[in-house]
Amino acid sequence: MASELLKATDVSEVFGGLKAVSDFNVHIDRGELVGLIGPNGAGKTTAFNLFTGVYQPTTGEIVFDGKSIVGLKPYQITQRGIARTFQNIRLFSELTVLDNVKIAFHFHVKYGLLEAVCRAGRYFREEEEIEAESMKLLEIFHLEKQAGELAKNLPYGAQRRLEIARALAAKPKLLLLDEPAAGMNPQETKELMEMISWIRREFGLTILLIEHDMSLVMGICERIYVLEYGTIIAQGTPEEIRKDPEVIRAYLGGEA
Amino acid sequence: MKYLRKNDFIMLGFAVVLFAVLQGLISGRVLNSFWQLNLLIVGINVIMSVSLNLINGYTGQFSLGHAGFMAVGAYVGVVLTTNFHAPFAAALLAGAAAAGFLGFLIGIPTLRLRGDYLAIATLGLGEIIRIVIMNIQYVGGAAGFKGIPHHTNFAWVFFLMLFALFFIKNFVNSTHGRACLAIRENEIAAESMGINTTKYKVMAFTIGAAFAGVAGGLFAHCFYIINPASFTFMQSFNYLIMVVLGGLGSITGSIAGAFVVTFISAALASWPEFRMIIYALALILLMFYRPQGLFGYMEVTNMGIFRRIFRKGGHN
Repeated sequence: MASELLKATDVSEVFGGLKAVSDFNVHIDRGELVGLIGPNGAGKTTAFNLFTGVYQPTTGEIVFDGKSIVGLKPYQITQRGIARTFQNIRLFSELTVLDNVKIAFHFHVKYGLLEAVCRAGRYFREEEEIEAESMKLLEIFHLEKQAGELAKNLPYGAQRRLEIARALAAKPKLLLLDEPAAGMNPQETKELMEMISWIRREFGLTILLIEHDMSLVMGICERIYVLEYGTIIAQGTPEEIRKDPEVIRAYLGGEA
Repeated sequence: MKYLRKNDFIMLGFAVVLFAVLQGLISGRVLNSFWQLNLLIVGINVIMSVSLNLINGYTGQFSLGHAGFMAVGAYVGVVLTTNFHAPFAAALLAGAAAAGFLGFLIGIPTLRLRGDYLAIATLGLGEIIRIVIMNIQYVGGAAGFKGIPHHTNFAWVFFLMLFALFFIKNFVNSTHGRACLAIRENEIAAESMGINTTKYKVMAFTIGAAFAGVAGGLFAHCFYIINPASFTFMQSFNYLIMVVLGGLGSITGSIAGAFVVTFISAALASWPEFRMIIYALALILLMFYRPQGLFGYMEVTNMGIFRRIFRKGGHN
């Protein structure tokens, strides 16, 4: 199965006596756009934290791009090619918009400490490249005019877009978006949807996203996983999910 | 990017002119020996505050043991020059290496701590270094180390200060420095952007400690005698005041902070009992009216009139 990019097998995560995630099986193929939905507290963000190394799985195996990523530190996983955004925005708020994006190029930079301090060798050329590429990313997300502003001064929607731009600067193979449309109005959500589909094509990305906004999830995801109480209760295309009695029960309640 | 190099030359030009003027004042005996010594101390304090700023202001790791690293540089330096008659440059380099190495060793375990915990741990480590030195008879123990050759002059201090300033300026304006800034701003996000946070925290700590070692070597060779009492917690605190007063995350601020604090304490030399009161008052007023410090996160190169000289671009 060469086309498989991420595969989680029988993963569980236990916090003390609480099973946040159990018997978690997910696979994502290259180029797919997959959604992960579920009621509040179902364990969606925990799943993201497991994929990115913030938490280590209690049991189970996570394989990315043919190699296990269990036991790796978050920065090592990012260097393997998984980048993410956060549900509660985590920008470098006292830095400029441009610097926020530049930082994410960090592990692709080749010049060493000595070259940086002496401003010699590859320093100027690489810094120019980083600046140009960062500006290009900012343009894609309509942030080029705010490049010099502090990230904390951006409006909420723009901060969300900046987080995606920053994640893309790390040049990932798999992009994890944690509620990208949270707090956006319907118009912004629609634009975001178009943007996500566009960057997926343009950058050849695979995307996994958590979202509560059903118009977004149903609109762009090719496949959806539904999580409830830490276990996958359903998976399939948006149409299948819409009709799935288990999902309806989980969201609307009903006799067990 | 070419303007960056141009700015560097303009700045270097300013520095050389400043050096010529000050050296002229010293050679022409316009400044008496008290102010001459203070000029040396200012330069040394600039090295201390800018290196502490790298740790505290840029990387956001609250360190309170900077005088400890200074002590290591000072003692390694004086032992080499006095007992082994090593050249001054070699002694300074050895002092920097020793302090840097110690910073590296101490950094690995302590930088796992955050905020207040790190502050207390580094405070303790600074004191441990001082007490260890106090109990080594070879370096004179509590009585101090005597018979140090008077190697430090204004040129040494000025050009090493310039080196430290350029080193740290270039560091923070590179991808390595940006990694440190990212750690200060949000460690979790920095890690998720592929930055090895432990590595960069230890790196900043090591570089900061090495420069403190250089400053220690320069400081020790200003006098005939040094003793461990010069490197107490109060001294570390003094450098912290310079950094906070000048502005965290600003090189201009570190220079200004070192200047202001050194001259206030020199001017109050005859009334030492008022010194701490005035410090405290100055800090309280600053925290009320300008909590980010005189130059918090700002550089002189991107302010008003200077913008015309140093064209365009971030903090260089």
